[in-house]
Amino acid sequence: MFLPVTLRLLEGFGESLKIFALTLLFALPGGLIISFGSMSKFKPLKAVVRFVVWIVRGTPLMLQLLIIFYGPGLILPSVAEALPSGVVEVMPVWLYQWMLAPPLLDRFAAAIVAFSLNYACYFSEIYRGGIEGVPYGQYEAGQVLGMTKSQVFFKVVLMQVVKRILAPMSNEVITLVKDTSLARVISIYEIIWAGESFIKKGMIWPLFYTGAFYLIFSALLTWLFGKFEKKLSYYKI
Amino acid sequence: MSLLEVQNLRKSFGKTEVIREISFSLEKGEVLVIIGSSGSGKTTLLRCLNFLETPSGGKILVNGETLFDADSKVKISDGEIRKKRLHFGLVFQSFNLFPQYNVLKNVTLAAELLEKEKFKEEKTPHERRKERLDAIEVHAKELLDKVGLSEKMASYPCQLSGGQCQRVAIARALALSPDILCFDEPTSALDPELTGEVLKVIRGLKGGDRTMIVVTHEMEFARAVADRVIYMADGVIEEMGTPDEVFGSPKSEKTKAFLSNVL
Repeated sequence: MFLPVTLRLLEGFGESLKIFALTLLFALPGGLIISFGSMSKFKPLKAVVRFVVWIVRGTPLMLQLLIIFYGPGLILPSVAEALPSGVVEVMPVWLYQWMLAPPLLDRFAAAIVAFSLNYACYFSEIYRGGIEGVPYGQYEAGQVLGMTKSQVFFKVVLMQVVKRILAPMSNEVITLVKDTSLARVISIYEIIWAGESFIKKGMIWPLFYTGAFYLIFSALLTWLFGKFEKKLSYYKI
Repeated sequence: MSLLEVQNLRKSFGKTEVIREISFSLEKGEVLVIIGSSGSGKTTLLRCLNFLETPSGGKILVNGETLFDADSKVKISDGEIRKKRLHFGLVFQSFNLFPQYNVLKNVTLAAELLEKEKFKEEKTPHERRKERLDAIEVHAKELLDKVGLSEKMASYPCQLSGGQCQRVAIARALALSPDILCFDEPTSALDPELTGEVLKVIRGLKGGDRTMIVVTHEMEFARAVADRVIYMADGVIEEMGTPDEVFGSPKSEKTKAFLSNVL
């Protein structure tokens, strides 16, 4: 029985890893953009970004998954129907029809959108902490040496930010591995679902087995982050 | 024509006037030392010269070229400020070395970035590029030799003492060959036994064409290195003269009181 169970779980874990990797791909740079927004000197932008971050961090990821997957298909048609006829006349026909019957969002795409948005918001706060933690003297030193703002950021500040945020980021990244299991609420076949399916056959050990996958993968990540930290230990900030 | 001319410079933060009407000029090769109690506006003056603060009023001219004019309605772009800044160098009280780079890279980084921009503008052929970057490195090594740190080129700032850090910072400021090198209390963050090595380096820079403005609390050093001394109090120049005039026979009561306190 061991081999077929392993294969089933691997299949599920493959899906978990896809969510994990794609979320990082979008959320790592996305978080940086959001953090710039939340530090913006332009007050309205800052207010909007911080409001969104508050919403995203203040509500469960599971709820966000459900809303992003089911939301457009349920909300857009009722919005379209509620539009006053004056508005409907001036808007393009295709848009109105698209709103009346929006295409069903791919579940996997919806999961990636929800995960990326959620994690980008968390990352943005970590980035913000890291960026604001760099002493102001570092910016000034760069400035008086004739560097542009972007040179100061990329050549002087960024590496110091990376060092500062490594520990909190490793926390978040390891949490993300485990959070991928939430995708099953929009019926994405991931590893815990795969493990649970064996309960019907009276087998509990595959469920424990799924835990081993998570443990091994997070051990791998811990080791990787440890490597990074060691690599950056040649200087102190 | 003076190298630097500061005319009626003013700076307020909100309602607090930190600098009220400061005017002075500086000749090429001159060393100006600014003394005064904390809060008298010395640091703010240096920061205005280096465009870290925007003055509320007055003019700054270098070599007859107006770098800043508060009355001018023309908004200066970031790019222009960058160019103007390069007339000045600034050594900070707290060094502000870049921790992730070794000593040599701290000195070469800014010069390399500027040079690489020029490469793009001039479309410099690749074989010439390496030559010019090598020249920057050679220059940096000379400067590190001058501040007595040629042996620490590969070290990182965290491995150095405060005095060594400040000497690197001096080499870093010199690397861009500024017209006027400013020091903002360069020894105030150092342990007493380390101030000597930094002051010695600064003294060693005097001479030739090197123009410097030094804000310091080290009175003996000020007397020894200065061509001219300014005593600042409450945002104005209370007294200005040769070291002998200011330290030997101060005219103003405030200067007398200050000097009798610190000497």
